[in-house]
Amino acid sequence: MGDLIQLIVSGIATGAIYALAALGFTLLWQAAGVINFSQGEFVMLPAFAILLFIALGAPLWLAFLLACVAAMLVLGIGFKWVIVDPLIRHGVIPLVIATLGLSIGLKSTLKAGYSAEAHPFPSPFPGGQFSIADVNISYADIGTLVVAGFVVISLQLFLNRTVTGRAMQAVAQNTDAAKVLGIDVKRMVLYTFLINAVLAAVAALLVTPTYLAKFDMGDAIGQKAFFAAIIGGFNQTRGALLGGVLIGVLENLVGFYVSPAYKEGVALILFLVVIVFRPEGLLGRAEERKV
Amino acid sequence: MNRTRTFGLVAALIAFAVLPNFLKSYGVYLMTLFCVYLMAIFGLNLTVGYAGQMSLGQAAFLGIGAYQAAIFLKLGWPIFIVLPVAGIVCFIVGLILGFPALRVQHHYLAFATLGFNILVYLVMRNEEKVTGGTFGIPGIPRPSLFGYSLDGALPFFYFTFLSVVVLALFLWWLLRSPWGRAFAALRDNPMRATSLGINITAYTLLAFAIGAACAGVGGVYYAALVQFIEPAPFHFSASLTMLLAVIVGGSGRFFGPVLGTIIVVLLPEWLRFMQNWYLAVFGFAVVALMIWLPGGLLSIPERLRWKGAAK
Amino acid sequence: MKRNAFLLTTMFAAAFAAPAYAQPKPIPIIGLMELSGTGATAGTNFDNGVKLAVKEINAGGGILGRKIEYTSMDTQSNPGVAKALAQKAVDLGAYVVMGPVFSGSFIVSMAETKRAEIPNFTGGEAANITQQGNPFVFRTSFTQSTAMPKLAKYIDDTVKAKSVAMIWVNNDFGKGGRDTMAKALEERGIKVAADISTDPGQVDFSGAVLKAKQSGADALFVYTNEEESARALRELKKQGYDRPIIGETTLTGQKVIELAGDAANGAVAHVGLTADAPQPAIKAFDQKFQSEYKYRSDHNGMKGYSGMYVVKAITEKIGKVDSKAFATAMHGARISAKDAPGVLLDVSFDQNGDLDRESFLVKVENGKQVVTAILPPVSAK
Repeated sequence: MGDLIQLIVSGIATGAIYALAALGFTLLWQAAGVINFSQGEFVMLPAFAILLFIALGAPLWLAFLLACVAAMLVLGIGFKWVIVDPLIRHGVIPLVIATLGLSIGLKSTLKAGYSAEAHPFPSPFPGGQFSIADVNISYADIGTLVVAGFVVISLQLFLNRTVTGRAMQAVAQNTDAAKVLGIDVKRMVLYTFLINAVLAAVAALLVTPTYLAKFDMGDAIGQKAFFAAIIGGFNQTRGALLGGVLIGVLENLVGFYVSPAYKEGVALILFLVVIVFRPEGLLGRAEERKV
Repeated sequence: MNRTRTFGLVAALIAFAVLPNFLKSYGVYLMTLFCVYLMAIFGLNLTVGYAGQMSLGQAAFLGIGAYQAAIFLKLGWPIFIVLPVAGIVCFIVGLILGFPALRVQHHYLAFATLGFNILVYLVMRNEEKVTGGTFGIPGIPRPSLFGYSLDGALPFFYFTFLSVVVLALFLWWLLRSPWGRAFAALRDNPMRATSLGINITAYTLLAFAIGAACAGVGGVYYAALVQFIEPAPFHFSASLTMLLAVIVGGSGRFFGPVLGTIIVVLLPEWLRFMQNWYLAVFGFAVVALMIWLPGGLLSIPERLRWKGAAK
Repeated sequence: MKRNAFLLTTMFAAAFAAPAYAQPKPIPIIGLMELSGTGATAGTNFDNGVKLAVKEINAGGGILGRKIEYTSMDTQSNPGVAKALAQKAVDLGAYVVMGPVFSGSFIVSMAETKRAEIPNFTGGEAANITQQGNPFVFRTSFTQSTAMPKLAKYIDDTVKAKSVAMIWVNNDFGKGGRDTMAKALEERGIKVAADISTDPGQVDFSGAVLKAKQSGADALFVYTNEEESARALRELKKQGYDRPIIGETTLTGQKVIELAGDAANGAVAHVGLTADAPQPAIKAFDQKFQSEYKYRSDHNGMKGYSGMYVVKAITEKIGKVDSKAFATAMHGARISAKDAPGVLLDVSFDQNGDLDRESFLVKVENGKQVVTAILPPVSAK
């Protein structure tokens, strides 16, 4: 029993990180129709930005805040202006290809220009663990859960309780109607890109201590985020959360009770099943085919 | 115009056929590898360029063909049986995979193929009894043709080269058949095509399955060329490279894959001095291409003509 | 015309080769190295080791008066590429081929060098490399079948563990090591309490570590590549693992210690070569390597370096640059570090191309490898 609880807790912690990246992924899709295949690199770059600021003498918290700002500028505004805006009118596929190219470009630039090896990354949480009954839980898992939970809840509150947040949701649901209502659609879409950048930076802070900073660290998290988003429901914010946590927990359980060799396959099989039987995702609503 | 084009094509084919005689074994190996990838990428162009679908799993079909060939060639099966088996198996798998995905929404095929590729990769790596696991399958024999051994680098190159030409001719014929013409109609005006009674889903599915079969056939040549297979070349990232090859060359253009394959297979060899920067430049070049030239490199002449006409 | 050209060449040759009558042709040696991909750490180190040795040898007049011309090519840690590059090395007329370092690549590429009858050195440790009767392969390190029994003995005699949990990486290297180790443990009556496979490039070790913990084994054996070792060590610390953590070579490598930070402290490993060994030849190497590359060499750097000096020693022994004669002379050769300090430790080669020499037991203390024991060569017992 202790094993099971421990596996679930650490699974939720890992899943929460997937969920952060997946959340940004669905937000971008809803607001701008962007399927971002370079989401993993959007997590990798802030990790290296944090290392850079630390090397320049900043403490971890300051380095993280600076990395957030940098991410908003480059991965938020820059990404939107340089890549999304010119391409969005061509439809989904050219943009998907462009983000695939971007992913290769960013990874390889870092590899060629800086380093092909892994680099250590400081943990924001203390090491060690505490025990309740026979369940051992590490401080790092608790810390991850608290931070990720805080970010997700604030985001939900922002989206549901503020005027700007509601306007963003209106844009996500129906761009034309939002325009008629007098909402500044362009500005709302820009906000979405900024939020995505910050979510990626938070994910970087939480995931890099265990993943280690490496040019291809985004592959794993990008893929998980992608699966999580589709499993949960591509067009629902809550779906990304459910998908992320579900993958995190199931991976741990399968890795422990079934076979570690097929741990990676869990997300995949769930993903294929969802595509076949419930293509709109577990929590998603069916989308009409746009002709 | 048309005559110069035909002449150019024949000249290019002859040059390509003669060139390996002046190369050492590594050069011949690379040119053969080029032909192998060209088969898979020709097939992918059918899916991406003509049916307008994203497929991120071409490497999985290449892998299925290769593993199947490795196992059967080692059992001593003749190449004339191994080749069609690879094609048919991949064709059927393509149908099974494509049907549920295409039923739903257009970009779901991309998702399904991506997932499929990763799953196939996991199976290759973990099912050691069948696939050799991470140790792979070594010592794959080169086939022989009518008792003539293709063991040498040059004979095998010519065999592969001829095969890719035959495959290209087949696809050329296919696209000019009534069935293929329906595609042009589909691509240019889906609404009108539907109203004319063209079943979009059925055509798209067939295109995808034939594309998969091409990769399966390519896989047979891959296994016989390298004579050793393991999971790595069939990783999802290889599918990505093949997809980008189609797009960069010019998707939906018959010779787009040729240019694309040159760029992803041969060019890195000539630009070896760039080392890791090659991929970096390639990645950003794809982004730039999408922004300024979404039709791929082969659309340049058209673009120029169009600009000239606009003046 | 032809004569003029000849004259010109002679003049040039005479101008450049002051002491000799003509500059002899350099000896081409090719390196097939994992300079990118999962093997980048190992390949880069091996390559740097070879380059350092080549630089020293050339500065000292080369081999038999001929300079070495060393070219390294990147296999991208991909066996298919390695095989193709081996063909290229043959085309370029290599005297000896160094690498690839990874066993999986080597198994494939060695067919090419065998066909061309060119001696081929590897850094790989998989047992099956030298079990295929290829007379042209030679190791620069122990095979797993030499190393694992030494380690099993340590687990039995010193740690006194009755059961062991194993975390290994599911590639040719890890699987081969796991199989040999399982056998070695079984022979000593030690139980394998948990058998945990992990993926190459795996980032999340929480499940693996938890499984090891829950197995209740007396000790943990970790056998993965560098980065994964570091991730595993970090996770072990995170979950508060308190039993002995034992590994083979990679677990206590420089890169692992750098990446794992204080999580590496306390880890124990058997190492064929370590820059921390007390021998004067190794100390000298350590300093030269550090001043050349500004970092400390791991065992792979030492493999490349000593391997190159083996090439020099044997070539000088046979007195000519002849690939086939070289291969013949290698079998049964003994090279003493006293005569050829570049080989670092006394070394001998058997009929299969396997090598034998002393090895070390090291422990990580305060972020540093410390040698705790020197184990004698197998043949010396």
